[in-house]
Amino acid sequence: MSEMAQPATGIKRPDLSQKRIRGRYAAERRFKLYGQLAVGLAIAMLAVLLISVCSKGYSAFYRTEIALDVMLDPAVITPDGKSDAETLGAADYQGLIKEALKTAFPDVTSRGDRKNLYNLVSNGAGNTVRQAVLANPSLIGSTQRFWVVAADDMDMLAKGFIKRDLPEGERVVSDTQIAWYDKLDESGQLRTAFNAVFFSAGDSREPEQAGILGALMGSIFTMLVTVLLALPLGVMSAIYLEEFAPKNRITEIIEVNINNLAAVPSIVFGLLGLAVLLGVFGLPRSAPLVGGMVLALMTLPTIIIATRAALKAVPPSIREAAYGIGASPLQVVSHHVLPLATPGIMTGAIIGLARALGESAPLLMIGMVAFIVDVPHGPTDPATVLPVQIYLWADSPERAFIEKTSAGIMVLLAFLISMNAIAIFVRRKFERRW
Amino acid sequence: MMPQKAPDHIVKSFDDELRKLREQILAMGGRAEAQFADAINALAKRDSDKAVRVIESDKGIDAIEMLVAQDSLKILALRQPMAKDLREVVAAIKISSDIERIGDYAKNIAKRTLQLNQQAPLKPTGSIPRMGDLAIKLINSVLSAYANDDAEGLIAAWRSDESIDEMYNSLFRELLTYMMEDPRNIGASTHLLFIAKNIERIGDHATNIAETVHFLVHGKPIDETRPKGDTTNVAING
Amino acid sequence: MNAISPTLAKMHGRKVTVHYGSKQALFDVDLDVPERMVTALIGPSGCGKSTFLRCLNRMNDVIDGCKVGGEITLDGQDIYDTKLDVVMLRARIGMVFQKPNPFPKSIYDNVAYGPRIHGMASTKGELDEIVRASLEKAGLWKEVKERLDQPGTGLSGGQQQRLCIARAIAVSPEVILMDEPCSALDPIATAKIEELIDELRENFTIVIVTHSMQQAARVSQKTAFFHLGQLIEWGDTEQIFTSPKDERTQGYITGRFG
Repeated sequence: MSEMAQPATGIKRPDLSQKRIRGRYAAERRFKLYGQLAVGLAIAMLAVLLISVCSKGYSAFYRTEIALDVMLDPAVITPDGKSDAETLGAADYQGLIKEALKTAFPDVTSRGDRKNLYNLVSNGAGNTVRQAVLANPSLIGSTQRFWVVAADDMDMLAKGFIKRDLPEGERVVSDTQIAWYDKLDESGQLRTAFNAVFFSAGDSREPEQAGILGALMGSIFTMLVTVLLALPLGVMSAIYLEEFAPKNRITEIIEVNINNLAAVPSIVFGLLGLAVLLGVFGLPRSAPLVGGMVLALMTLPTIIIATRAALKAVPPSIREAAYGIGASPLQVVSHHVLPLATPGIMTGAIIGLARALGESAPLLMIGMVAFIVDVPHGPTDPATVLPVQIYLWADSPERAFIEKTSAGIMVLLAFLISMNAIAIFVRRKFERRW
Repeated sequence: MMPQKAPDHIVKSFDDELRKLREQILAMGGRAEAQFADAINALAKRDSDKAVRVIESDKGIDAIEMLVAQDSLKILALRQPMAKDLREVVAAIKISSDIERIGDYAKNIAKRTLQLNQQAPLKPTGSIPRMGDLAIKLINSVLSAYANDDAEGLIAAWRSDESIDEMYNSLFRELLTYMMEDPRNIGASTHLLFIAKNIERIGDHATNIAETVHFLVHGKPIDETRPKGDTTNVAING
Repeated sequence: MNAISPTLAKMHGRKVTVHYGSKQALFDVDLDVPERMVTALIGPSGCGKSTFLRCLNRMNDVIDGCKVGGEITLDGQDIYDTKLDVVMLRARIGMVFQKPNPFPKSIYDNVAYGPRIHGMASTKGELDEIVRASLEKAGLWKEVKERLDQPGTGLSGGQQQRLCIARAIAVSPEVILMDEPCSALDPIATAKIEELIDELRENFTIVIVTHSMQQAARVSQKTAFFHLGQLIEWGDTEQIFTSPKDERTQGYITGRFG
């Protein structure tokens, strides 16, 4: 008692000077500022990315169409007089379109100019007419106005990506084509419409006919396979390792190896898929089934690690409570631990699956980079996936693929966001306080 | 088995409170002992002034008893004592009430002394101081046993209570004879008889204290049957 | 030591030892748990009282590297017998923990969980009855009967602990072990639990570990004092708290330990 009351000659008193206190608060403010700067920078970079992708990609969602009066010549459509679906389907509608163009521009006579003229419309334009005729064969013999898809160069011209003020030699569209385009525009024969093809078709060499659906379905099938394989396998192994496995050398080695696997470059998994799944088991090339299996292998360690962390985070008091009532170890895990760990498991699964969704390298190894026009209908059909499709488009020389590339990225991001949304929904459903 | 000196409590102020309680009891005991000795002295010397002082001083003892009661309550309420500490507090309450009774008896002896001093002295007055000395010794030894937490010396103290009882019995017979010899002696003899009874009661309270101290130290009552002259009392009274 | 005659004791511990890895936590503990009485285990932190308690329903099995030696019997049957099913044992010996730990489920499901996994009710009505009776015995029925479907974690600390007691008695155990059940509760909630323990004594054998000696004194009939992994002294609560025989017991309960 008495020592405390003595004047503090030898005792260090805390430095309470204003200067020191101000310094401490300043340090705190600086620290906060650094944090805000970091967050701001991250948001700005994300915004730049999103804005650049969206500004480049939004134009891919509409296309330019040209109105043509097509004479549905029975001599061309039903040369034998038979009007069965097969004959109707096989007719040369593209020829009819060309005839319609010739009629629309009667002053074009030279062979070279004609070719240029035909290039105004997509070489898939005949499909529009074919579908109309198939739907209503009574149209045959009459002249109908059809809105057909413009060629990608015209589309680019309409969207302003091809600069008119450039010298003729430096642009893909000739001056005469521009003149025709302007004439069509004046007579109201040009319009922009929603690009449904982009969401309903597979890949194509022609940009105006290329769609994302093939890759999207490929990604969906691949992810489906990945989830169905990786989630149960990962969660089961994590539960076993965390709750039931004896702690000994073997489980330790397994644990270390799982942690190491999480850091293995993804291309290695692709090589494994190529060598084992394709080579040894002879599974089909380019199939989402194989892609999904490879990605599942890649995702497994992430899911196992996240699941074990989530299981460890469940308070021991809950386990004790359940054991104390006489629940068996399996009942403890399935009734109490697992439901409480679900949010954590979902987070881990989503991180792993998001990585798998954006992965292209291992899929290149198993042939999912092939040019595939058909939309896959099952996990064994040849397919490609969104990131690979984006890569393919980015590699194509046509100007019109630039916007497709960005649009593809937008679809990929939308896919990712909806996957995350599902995960957040599931989390919310299971998330409980304890 | 018991440590001679229990280590201090983790809470030091608890120790202080228990020590203070014990000091109060010892001070009270000292005063009661002195008061009783003065009363006997006043009786032997027929000193009325001293007797008056004895009567006055009893108020002091009562005051200390009140203090002890308050402090004990405080400790019980605030410290919730256990085991030895609990016995300590309970013993303090019991001992203080025994001492207070001793003080009362001393006062009563002094009052009767004032009465006796107005009459001619009686012969048996002489054996009362001897009985009183025994009782004082008894009080002294139980108080020092209490002060030292030493239950070993208590057995001897007990024995002396037995001799007080015996002396009371013989005095009782003696006074009876006096009263039969001369009825004028009855007043003074009755006073003396009551004084002797008071001393005998003081001895009983002292043995009570001895028992309390034994319980305080050992945590259990004394095993042997009390070597007290109860049976003799019953025989004589009956 | 005043041993209780075997016929009265519900559980016997004979030369119970516990090792955590290479560290010995309990040394040859001989303790009997008398039937339909409250036995309090007291002692300083780390003295082994909780360890001993957890031996009684084999909760130590869950801990890695924990080895239990000696013999513990329930109604004369060795509970560490390999033939004995630990799940059935824990159904007979319930446990209430230090921190109230209701499941993150509804109040009803918390109580109904035990009877469900042990198949104690064949119909919804029977289960409802068990839940009601258990909550009533735990003195919680009046407070929660209107909100059985709400989460048990939303109750106050004292209510949560009584819910945990209800959950334990729902499986009709013979013995209830309580590991410092009031250490996280305020005095009023504590008093309610103590009153509850006193009522439960009619039907259950209770063993309680507590750090509060006053609590041990208030609720128990038998008290055992542990120190450094050894059972120092045990006997009637009255005797332990008024005149303990061992000076270590004396030192501990009078606050002189050291």
